[in-house]
Amino acid sequence: MAQDRPTAAELLSAIADMLREEVTPVLDKVEPRLGFQMRVAVNSLAILEREARLGPAADRREHERLLKLLGRDANLDDLNRELARQLRAGERDERDAALMAHLEATIADKIAIANPKWR
Amino acid sequence: MTVHTASEADQVSGVLASAAARYFGRPAVIEGLSRESGGASRQTWSFDAVTGNARHGLILRRDPPTTGKASDRSATALDRATEFRVLKAAFKAGVRAPEVLFELTPQDGLGEAFVMRRVGGTAIARKLLRDPPYEKARGLIAGQLGEILARIHAVELGSLPALVRREAADHIAGLRRALDALSQPQPVFELGLSWLDRRKPAPIERALLVHGDYRTGNYLADESGVTAILDWEGAHLGDPVEDLGWLCVKSWRFGAVDKPAGGFGSREELWRAYEKTGGAKVDPARAHWWEVFGTVRWGIICHQQAWRHLGGAVKSMELASIGRRAVETEVDLLQLLKEKV
Repeated sequence: MAQDRPTAAELLSAIADMLREEVTPVLDKVEPRLGFQMRVAVNSLAILEREARLGPAADRREHERLLKLLGRDANLDDLNRELARQLRAGERDERDAALMAHLEATIADKIAIANPKWR
Repeated sequence: MTVHTASEADQVSGVLASAAARYFGRPAVIEGLSRESGGASRQTWSFDAVTGNARHGLILRRDPPTTGKASDRSATALDRATEFRVLKAAFKAGVRAPEVLFELTPQDGLGEAFVMRRVGGTAIARKLLRDPPYEKARGLIAGQLGEILARIHAVELGSLPALVRREAADHIAGLRRALDALSQPQPVFELGLSWLDRRKPAPIERALLVHGDYRTGNYLADESGVTAILDWEGAHLGDPVEDLGWLCVKSWRFGAVDKPAGGFGSREELWRAYEKTGGAKVDPARAHWWEVFGTVRWGIICHQQAWRHLGGAVKSMELASIGRRAVETEVDLLQLLKEKV
């Protein structure tokens, strides 16, 4: 059943904004150690907001690519486990263009959620 | 993480007063004692010991006695007694490192601990990279790091305590074990480790003292540049190029991405200073291999940090959140694998 607005992303945004703008400045004055912790928390909330918005589609894309790459049907975790096994065993390596395209796309989706400013 | 209680500070102060009196040979008054940083199991305290007219600015490094709870210490880290001996040898060999003075005894009841002289400067990368007072220092740090590293690698092995020898193959095996201990498969890091495995540098003829965590954030610097190399608990014997590669890992540039040498200069600038101070000629391919290795290593350490929380050893939002930084190194790793050296 669909939840009412705000969506998860909208609610996470509202919480992060309030903590960043109203709580952090007070903590910085009263207890700087907690001010730092609050910055970490606000940053994590921003990650969760992006994940709520972008995560489901990114997971679907990753799953579809893995089905094609490995030629078998399983859940996302099992497919990644199989890919990891093949990479450790040397059954695939960086000369495999389809593999590299898959990894590049997966990492691009992950960094867009975890830290879009990373370069 | 726990904030120290008044009674803990009182206990530490009392022990330091008698230990400082023993070392300096006259009564000592402890002033300005404060806990600097670090987790509950690995503490750094700053204080002054006043003996007569002399005031000594000092640092206490301390692992409190364990309470039987799951330890959050890394299995490969040196214990305090060994770190004390490594620091002593390095300082004596002319390395810019804090001067260690004395160890505490088990009877002192503070756990494994030693005292060293306090050195001025900050370790905070953000300040060093951006704040006005450090403008001149920014032009010096890359070269200084090369010079100091050459001196670390020249430390006479006979002056050191017994240290583990760890080379490329041991490191790869160690990181694969670390991956196996995580619950999630990591295809990009597996690719990186297989790439590294196939291109392992030839075993070194003579292992040297490797600092093991030589990077921005782990040294102090002031307006004149680097004042002291810190965090020696990763010291081991091995390939000296490991330290050069680790310093250039992109995560240690803290945003100054076009300055590979810790955010302050070029690789070539670092290597030139290293070679001029007696370091062996740097093979760029070997340095690249260690930089790729360092990138994989930091990514896996990010996951391990998160697992200290997820596994229940410590409760820490800060550590948990580091797990989401691992992907930064995956981005860097895929970039590095595309580079021709």
